[in-house]
Amino acid sequence: MAKTLKIGDRVVVDRERLNDLLSSIRAMGYEIHGPTVGDGAIILGRIDSDADLPIGWRDRQDAGTYRLERREDEAVFGYAVGPHSWKRLLFPPHRTLWQAEREGARFHLLPMREDTPRCALFGVRPCEMAAIRVQDRVLMGGPYRDPDYARRREACLIVVVDCHEPGGACFCASLGTGPTEAGEGWDLALTEVLQGHHRFVVRIGSVRGLEAVREVPWRDATPADLDAAAKQTERAVRRMGRKMDPVGAKEVLYDSASDPHWEEIAQRCLVCGNCTMVCPTCFCVNVRDATSLDGSRAERERVWDSCFSLEYSYIHGGSVRFSPYARYRHWMTHKLASWQDQFGSLGCVGCGRCIVWCPVGIDITEEMETFRANVGRKKEAAR
Amino acid sequence: MTRGKKPKLAVWKFASCDGCQLSILDCEDQLLEVLGAVELAYFPEATRAVVKGPYDISLVEGSITTRHDAKRIQEIRRNSGLLVSIGACATAGGIQALRNYANVRGFIQTVYPHPEYIDTLEKSTPIRNHVFVDFELRGCPINKEQLVEVLNALLNGRKPNIPTYSVCVECKRKGNVCVLVAGGDACLGPVTQAGCGAICPSYGRGCYGCFGPAESPNGPSLAEWFRKLGHDDASIVRLFRGFNGASEAFHSVSTAHENPKPQS
Repeated sequence: MAKTLKIGDRVVVDRERLNDLLSSIRAMGYEIHGPTVGDGAIILGRIDSDADLPIGWRDRQDAGTYRLERREDEAVFGYAVGPHSWKRLLFPPHRTLWQAEREGARFHLLPMREDTPRCALFGVRPCEMAAIRVQDRVLMGGPYRDPDYARRREACLIVVVDCHEPGGACFCASLGTGPTEAGEGWDLALTEVLQGHHRFVVRIGSVRGLEAVREVPWRDATPADLDAAAKQTERAVRRMGRKMDPVGAKEVLYDSASDPHWEEIAQRCLVCGNCTMVCPTCFCVNVRDATSLDGSRAERERVWDSCFSLEYSYIHGGSVRFSPYARYRHWMTHKLASWQDQFGSLGCVGCGRCIVWCPVGIDITEEMETFRANVGRKKEAAR
Repeated sequence: MTRGKKPKLAVWKFASCDGCQLSILDCEDQLLEVLGAVELAYFPEATRAVVKGPYDISLVEGSITTRHDAKRIQEIRRNSGLLVSIGACATAGGIQALRNYANVRGFIQTVYPHPEYIDTLEKSTPIRNHVFVDFELRGCPINKEQLVEVLNALLNGRKPNIPTYSVCVECKRKGNVCVLVAGGDACLGPVTQAGCGAICPSYGRGCYGCFGPAESPNGPSLAEWFRKLGHDDASIVRLFRGFNGASEAFHSVSTAHENPKPQS
């Protein structure tokens, strides 16, 4: 350990030392949140030691179905993604915006405690990291920054873990958002290597990441370590359950606005909003006011909303998107087409949550292919 | 409703179990505050004192099942400023609307030694089938926070925050793991109106629809999915024919699965 570490270095931390890494992060003043087994799924929770991580578990995922199973090995990150996404921590489902008290005919705002938790997000998947970058653009990128999101985001430490066990609904490989972390915004990126001695190849992405690793026993990564990590990634790409071709998605969906296939989807769609709730990039909220019974106090609360609700598009005279097909069309077209015009990227990162947690298994990759085929046929016929 | 004189509140009971009325008394911390904000003019469950009408706000529990009640609700409507029906009985006919699927006369003949004493209607129907209703509060029983919210909104002249989207929205906000997707349970959450706080899924069981259909429910699609998961038609009928079984969106599903079309 004579060598000094620098950003960009790749080192190896043995599986037995994972707890040291957690302790080191905690010693930096972070509360660690990460994957843990709960209620029959891998969800996000507080991580006090490696025993809280989903060691030896995997998930079986497909359209509308999710099951946990024991693995034959002791992989720590041998699963894909669970129903929770990190927006629970960075963009919480409920938040009080302000509180006020009546003062005669006027009112004054009450001081509010602005606690910004210092969270370490441990075990962020590359697709989820991509989703965080999408939300960064949406909530911090433009002229209207969300101060709460920005505070939480800046206070957090992110440890990405590459995927070696993609799920049946995953399609990050086809969107270029995984299974290996290739973007920015993280502090450490781990690749779990199961072959040979159980270990982690750790990439250092920031000063904070450097600080976290420094106190942990590590050694330089050898070509053999990197090769083993790369092989695992290749295997993960091959075993990915689904794919979606992003090329021309925008044009296809803009050309599909009046495709009768939307109506067919609406026959199945429950307009229940699950896809938007589990989506790691969906950011829509509703703002509602509450009063005390005597009217002396009021508060404004922000809650996660869904474009699948009627109230979401309610304006004078009624809801703009009254029919279920219009609501599904709006959501899918936004994710894959108009998001690009609005924010310069897809609103989809290929995590597959909307497919798995749709109670009736509607598959965005399959619907996209249908629209693509229909547009192709239409063009063929016009020739 | 403008602030000033305390509004007169009346609570009326029709065919029901009293559970929704008890939700008012169950307001605990907020009960005194609620009672401080209104004049309790008629509420036999709480007090024998009766203040004569008209009433500013009438809360109506229960469904209409007799000719006498069908007349009584007209009288109450005439005497009420705002009429809010509360609970699955008042908004959908309640569990007693199971009679709508059976021969009521047959029941009466079998059950009562003197069937001639029984004067009842063939069907159990919600309050809005009889009079104009200003607001409906769902649930079996209603959620007491929602009740306080409606009274609060009326007292403060604002719109009540009573969502009409699915239970799934509040279930997911809570961070529950979906019992349907991860457990294969028949859960009516996706087609049921929010408001209960997703109680049942929070305790690991499927929603049985006690808040009635959500704003745009797609029962047929969900029932078809239940069938794919291995739930038989009889259990689908039972699930959709519960406390809100007589609501159109649930009724149409249970009826379709009672006489299922041969599978192609």
